[in-house]
Amino acid sequence: MNRFEYIKAPSVGEAIKMMNSTVPEAIINANKGGAHIVKAAGVDLLDLIKEGVVSPDRVIDLRQIPGLDKLNFDQQNGLSFGPMVTIATLAENKEVYKNYRALHEATAHAATPQIRNMATMGGNLMQRPRCWYFRSEGHHCLKKGGDVCFAQKGQNQLHAIFDTQICPCVHPSSIATALVAFDAKVELSGPDGKRNLLLSEFFTLPEANVTCENNAQSKEIITNITLPVLKPGTRSFYIKQGQRESYDWSMGDVAVVLEMEGKQCKTARIVLGAAAPVPMRASKAEALLKGKTITEKLAAKAGELAVEGATPMEHNHYKIQLFKTLVKRSILAAV
Amino acid sequence: MADINKKKIVLPLAPNEEFGSVKHLNTKKIKLPHGIPGHNLTEIEREVSADEPPALAVNDQLSVVGKRTKRIDAIYKVTGAAKYTSDIQLPGMLYGKFLRSPHPHAKIKSIDVSAAERHRGVHAVHILSVEPGGAVQRDNGHDAPAETYHVDKLPVLRYVGQPIAGVAAISDKVAREAVQLIKVEYETLPFVVDLDEAMKKGAPLVFEEKVEQQQTGGDVGGEAGAGQQGNLRGPSIGSFYGGPRGDVDQGFNESDIVVEGEFRTQVQTHCALETHGIVADWQTNMLTIYASTQSTKSVRNDLAELFDLPLSKVRVITEYMGGGFGAKFGAGHFGVMAVVLSKKSGHPVKLMLDRKEEQTTAGNRPNSQQMLKIGVKKDGTLQAIDLTSYGTAGIGLGAGVGRVAQDMYTCSNFRMAQYDVFTHAGPGAAFRAPGNVQGCFALEQLIDEIAEKLNLDPLAYRDKIDQSEIRKVERKKGAEKFGWKRKQPGSDSGVVKKGIGVAQGHWPRIIHVDSSATVRINKGGSVEIMSGVQDIGTGTKTILAQVVAEELGLKAEDITVKIGDTTYPDGPGSGGSVTAGSITPAARNAAYQAKMQLLGQVAGGWQVEIADLDMEKGEIFAKSDTSKRMSFVDATKKMRTNQIMATASRPDDYGGFEVGNAIGYDRLGSVQFAEVSVDTETGVIKVDRVVAAHSCGRPLNPLQIESQINGGVIMGVGYALYEDRIMDKETGYMVNANLDQYKLPYSKEIPHIENIIIEQYGAHSSTDASGIGEPANVATAAAIANAVYNAIGVRIYELPMTPDKVLAALQVI
Repeated sequence: MNRFEYIKAPSVGEAIKMMNSTVPEAIINANKGGAHIVKAAGVDLLDLIKEGVVSPDRVIDLRQIPGLDKLNFDQQNGLSFGPMVTIATLAENKEVYKNYRALHEATAHAATPQIRNMATMGGNLMQRPRCWYFRSEGHHCLKKGGDVCFAQKGQNQLHAIFDTQICPCVHPSSIATALVAFDAKVELSGPDGKRNLLLSEFFTLPEANVTCENNAQSKEIITNITLPVLKPGTRSFYIKQGQRESYDWSMGDVAVVLEMEGKQCKTARIVLGAAAPVPMRASKAEALLKGKTITEKLAAKAGELAVEGATPMEHNHYKIQLFKTLVKRSILAAV
Repeated sequence: MADINKKKIVLPLAPNEEFGSVKHLNTKKIKLPHGIPGHNLTEIEREVSADEPPALAVNDQLSVVGKRTKRIDAIYKVTGAAKYTSDIQLPGMLYGKFLRSPHPHAKIKSIDVSAAERHRGVHAVHILSVEPGGAVQRDNGHDAPAETYHVDKLPVLRYVGQPIAGVAAISDKVAREAVQLIKVEYETLPFVVDLDEAMKKGAPLVFEEKVEQQQTGGDVGGEAGAGQQGNLRGPSIGSFYGGPRGDVDQGFNESDIVVEGEFRTQVQTHCALETHGIVADWQTNMLTIYASTQSTKSVRNDLAELFDLPLSKVRVITEYMGGGFGAKFGAGHFGVMAVVLSKKSGHPVKLMLDRKEEQTTAGNRPNSQQMLKIGVKKDGTLQAIDLTSYGTAGIGLGAGVGRVAQDMYTCSNFRMAQYDVFTHAGPGAAFRAPGNVQGCFALEQLIDEIAEKLNLDPLAYRDKIDQSEIRKVERKKGAEKFGWKRKQPGSDSGVVKKGIGVAQGHWPRIIHVDSSATVRINKGGSVEIMSGVQDIGTGTKTILAQVVAEELGLKAEDITVKIGDTTYPDGPGSGGSVTAGSITPAARNAAYQAKMQLLGQVAGGWQVEIADLDMEKGEIFAKSDTSKRMSFVDATKKMRTNQIMATASRPDDYGGFEVGNAIGYDRLGSVQFAEVSVDTETGVIKVDRVVAAHSCGRPLNPLQIESQINGGVIMGVGYALYEDRIMDKETGYMVNANLDQYKLPYSKEIPHIENIIIEQYGAHSSTDASGIGEPANVATAAAIANAVYNAIGVRIYELPMTPDKVLAALQVI
């Protein structure tokens, strides 16, 4: 761990003035030094600093900024929460359970009770991938500005099965899987004001920029997250499979949001986590369900379609079968 | 300077150059309990030294020994009052930190430590030339520990994480900064970290020349003088139980059924809660060491030898210790470095490894590839067993797995060839039942296969081929508790299939006769027991208190236990499950001798014979005249000296040893039953329940024994399903060198565990106790594997049994 300055930002505006880099920028510009970055709970950042992956000169704390830890729900506007809302707050919220069941399941199965109490949703969305090459001081990989992806020929059992050509890191946030399924939006604040975009547009693939998992700019921070009001009859579910049941990252996770009319599925959103560098919509599987009565057979077929076109790597063929199963089970659990 | 590398390499735990069995001036014959209560308990007469205490009755007639007794130091542990090595703070103490190799194989072309030396707050920098604890190359000048002081002979780097240099500074942070200022120019060399690749012709060589392993108390090192070709060293064809037997080929010819299989097990790391580490305080009159070690005397002996100090000038203290599991013997590279830095700087130096260093440099259970073949007659009689095994302990030795196949079942034709394969990875170390855990995974699955071919229930078949009385009882009681009723393999309906399985474990009964204790009775009635033995978390302090209390008619909490300090008489190293069986007889004998001295004084005062006196419930009384009675405390107040003390060492086993001065008759048997659920659509296995039936001679403290069994089962579950040291073949790094991606079982992975502890009396010593740490861990993975087969009807031949392997076995992928 390097020596760094620690500052508590009094407001979002001040924080934006003080910061000069995102964490990805601080990593790829390590040789220049002088990075001023923001932190929420610091759960992920501290890990990265300890491993020597990032060495900021200044860390600006956002936690004490008033108003960033508010959560609101009403039937007119849906769910909205600030970036400093903890995972535990969402996991324990009754409205979330009632209205956004998949989000409840995702938050309740993230990390450990201790981490859920500390970790914030803003930090959760901005955390860096768990790829063990990216996390290793000894591997200067593409994502850190190097010229090799060690996972391509290496130990890729936990890596992606889609979009694997450049950098097969999977997105580390399993909660994002559920958020994308609900068409969540993020509000980003920067020197030029605010912009709102779908979370699915916020996350970016390696071909856009391999060193970064989203399009946050140097002086931008997430200031709000919103989920739209759901149509009546909407049902959802989420299943995560880790190597362990207690405290583990996802080997594969699936969120399903179904808009039902009686027994018929009007529209479906199915999102795969830990399958690709971003939470991935399974469009063919979604299309299959549209207008149909959900049966076990149909759900299984949706599972098959969800993994169509996958390009598994040397050590992760098992994920195909895993996702088939998780998609089927999530659909059946949702209805 | 002494030369550690020229020490005779001996078979692990086998007799070396010590005297053999001991003769006694006077002997007596005593009758001791023998056998298993409720099964075959009887009495046996042994001729023992005249100063041995009388026979101890079976547990249900005792008041302290054999009773569930809370740890006497529990309060200190839960309140944080207990000071572990990592808690030690000394005035002026510096912090040590290593520069470690970033390459799996490299030569150092140049090294410049000047910037580190100049860094503010740095007191000493040292370049380490030879790393103790690994295999040592003998022929290139690296054969003397003096090299550890020389800067001109730079080490060849053979794994990522190998120590190169150390820094001592005023804080951990400054030491880390200084390490980064050391400039090294490397010449990188080809490397190999994979077992199969390392065995190929033309694979990069780990050692150019023949190597032997340095010995420490816990090593299970390779056989001395074994052959070496390429990265392959061996074969080792025997163990301390002997070599090959009979004619194996003939045995197979005469077999009606032959089963064989290739089994693979992974590298497992120890993951003790407390990492390896030492605080070294070099003073002109004494080197004082605080060590997280399984053997205080092994650290003392290593350092005395390396630094040319008399044993009396090195003091090693281990008051509390956070687990070792076999990897914490000897001074270690960090210990040597801490001492050098302390000597150079004139300050105490603390050097605790961080978790990454722990995972990559501080030991592991070698992996294995085992080709096991067994031939049987139609009636199930074992005709021939043939085992060939390969395994890598990285740059170290000790990957053998054959002792279970050699010794658990009677088979007159037996042969094995065990090979160590060198790879560019951190050295292996002894790890909770070294070899037996790996070997059991293979053997017990094949035994099940034979049972199935013979159309016999696995338990019924073991009843037929297993000569062990203790395991017979364990099978019976275990099956009852478990509710053993087996479906046909794979016949469970549904997606999640349930299955049950059983496996047996085997561990030798090992004794260290170099185990001594002093018992001291003070005026006023306080009683102390003192020994260099350490409590590595198993509860040694408590059983010592129990044994002394039982002898003196007191309560366990009345006894002050002072251990973990080489100032006291040497205790055993805590490895091989030797501690309880080695130190408690010494403790009881010392207590008995001190008691005799006290009773001698009382007898003089009361004008009765000593033999007429006894102690019970805090009182001393005459058996012939119950009016003669005095409290223990009052009696001590009349002592002629302020203290009475006696020291005793572990005598030979009463019936003698089976091998040397160390391997006792009888084995520590175990039988474990597992129930699993296998999700056939995801490949995920969950262990639902384990019933573990165990013996450890006379159980001294069932509460602590249960803790050991629970821990052994949990570790076995981790080994079976989750844990795996994953090496990157392209870069030679361990990619999961932490506790996040190295998967230990956590709360939800832990099955419901039920224990059965069987009392077994062997009349071996004055306490007749044995250890339990290792037996608890041997059978678990094999029992789970057999249960998985029962659930899905397909066998998994490789550990850990992760979803990808299960799905592949089910041919889903």
